[in-house]
Amino acid sequence: MVPSLFVGVVLVVLAAATVGGQWLRRRESPAIDRRAVDSFNARVQAWWFFTVVIVLAFLWPGLTVLLFAMISFWALREFVTLTPTRIGDHRALFWVFFFFTPMQFVLVYFNNYGLYSILIPVFAFLFIAARAAVYGDYDRFLERIAKVQCGLLICVYCFSYAPALLYLRTAEQPERRDPANMLFFFITIVLSSDLLQWAWSGIYNRHIIAEKINPVMSWEGVLAGSASAAALGWMLNWAAPFPNWWQTVAMSLLIAVMAACGSMTMSAIKRDRGELTSGNFVEGHGGVLSRIDSICFAAPVFYHVTRYFFGA
Amino acid sequence: MLTETLLTLIARVISGASVRWVESQPDTCQRVYFANHTSHLDVILVWSALPTPVRRLTRPVAAKDYWSRGWLRRHLAKTFNAILIDRMEIKVHQSPVDLMLREIGRTHSVIMFPEGGRSAGDVTGEFKSGLYYLAKKRPDLELVPVYINNMNRILPRGEYLPVPLLSSVTFGPPIWLESNEPKTDFLARARDAVLRLKEC
Repeated sequence: MVPSLFVGVVLVVLAAATVGGQWLRRRESPAIDRRAVDSFNARVQAWWFFTVVIVLAFLWPGLTVLLFAMISFWALREFVTLTPTRIGDHRALFWVFFFFTPMQFVLVYFNNYGLYSILIPVFAFLFIAARAAVYGDYDRFLERIAKVQCGLLICVYCFSYAPALLYLRTAEQPERRDPANMLFFFITIVLSSDLLQWAWSGIYNRHIIAEKINPVMSWEGVLAGSASAAALGWMLNWAAPFPNWWQTVAMSLLIAVMAACGSMTMSAIKRDRGELTSGNFVEGHGGVLSRIDSICFAAPVFYHVTRYFFGA
Repeated sequence: MLTETLLTLIARVISGASVRWVESQPDTCQRVYFANHTSHLDVILVWSALPTPVRRLTRPVAAKDYWSRGWLRRHLAKTFNAILIDRMEIKVHQSPVDLMLREIGRTHSVIMFPEGGRSAGDVTGEFKSGLYYLAKKRPDLELVPVYINNMNRILPRGEYLPVPLLSSVTFGPPIWLESNEPKTDFLARARDAVLRLKEC
């Protein structure tokens, strides 16, 4: 009962956002910043997508894990494409794409926490370095392996904690009648805080955090956006998987702050590669990566904090 | 037919290619698509990047020694409707250019890699003279430059397992051989036309 009402509320909000965005897009007015409208619509679209994916999880969690795995694979592709690698990394990359990435999600599906929490930070981490060393190319060695390791950690390891929420049991509801509730709550807060921080940054932009990295995000925007996300969490408390309202608010705040960190970090990575400014590489690439950056940062922190304080 | 659909799909998935036409449009008129060459997948990539009606009329030029070895490669070459060129034995009365012209007749277009072989890494080698003689004998053919980006990282020379990064195929505006244009000038101009697409 509770999750279907929750889904209903989110769908209504999304529908309103979509109608608003499309209305703005159609309007011919010099007062409207076209790029801002497009950016808004892209965020709403991503949100729709994730909502549909998670609604599927209420019916069949395995399908959701599969879809998250595919998004992760695509994001890793974008990440490595943006990163210069050499032929010496080729074999290591092959294993990264065709063994570690699928394996991580298989382990998540079987809820093997003991293995999936260390597969990439321990085994893949060491394997990538050793495999590249065996090839025998030492040119910029540390830099190269660090990039592959970083891509795998962010796009696969961190991101895989989002579907892992499907299998997280809390003391509150050890029998997990609504397995997708936690994930749905998490995604709703992450994506709405992403949108809210961006919107507030557009309104209050006196203190930009780092102009060179992201010319939009401001301290006021992040603070106001995080506060709004926490308020949203409070309003959704009846659907949240936490026993007390202040815990829900604290968790929403945590998610919002991590989401902001994720967006900033990914902007920095893309700036470094010149993707945002020149964009001459391949149009539209980096698209998946910029949509999931906030999830990548918020998911593992949210998972572990929840597991520590509320775990069964 | 089935192989064609399957190949196009596999090529698109492995290479994640986005196809762009810069100042040019797909057309079924007779054309020579010439591209930089860094990986075995280049042929399949360019071929599958063309829209189906154009693809049906387009024949890649491929090395006979590579593509006639084994059942699978022969079958693939047949699917592409490839023109196989013997690069080991080039006879005077049977020059590759004459063979190509005879094979394409008045209907087919052709995909070729004027570097001759695959270049290592990101460099594009000097163009061999085949393109020039082709243009000289058939001045009516449109010469369309094609730039393939990032394939050297997806399947580098000497590797046999691809890594699924993202690549792009860019088709540029056609060029023609100017009257009395010297061979070296023309080949340099053609090479520049390909490399210029890197920047757009």
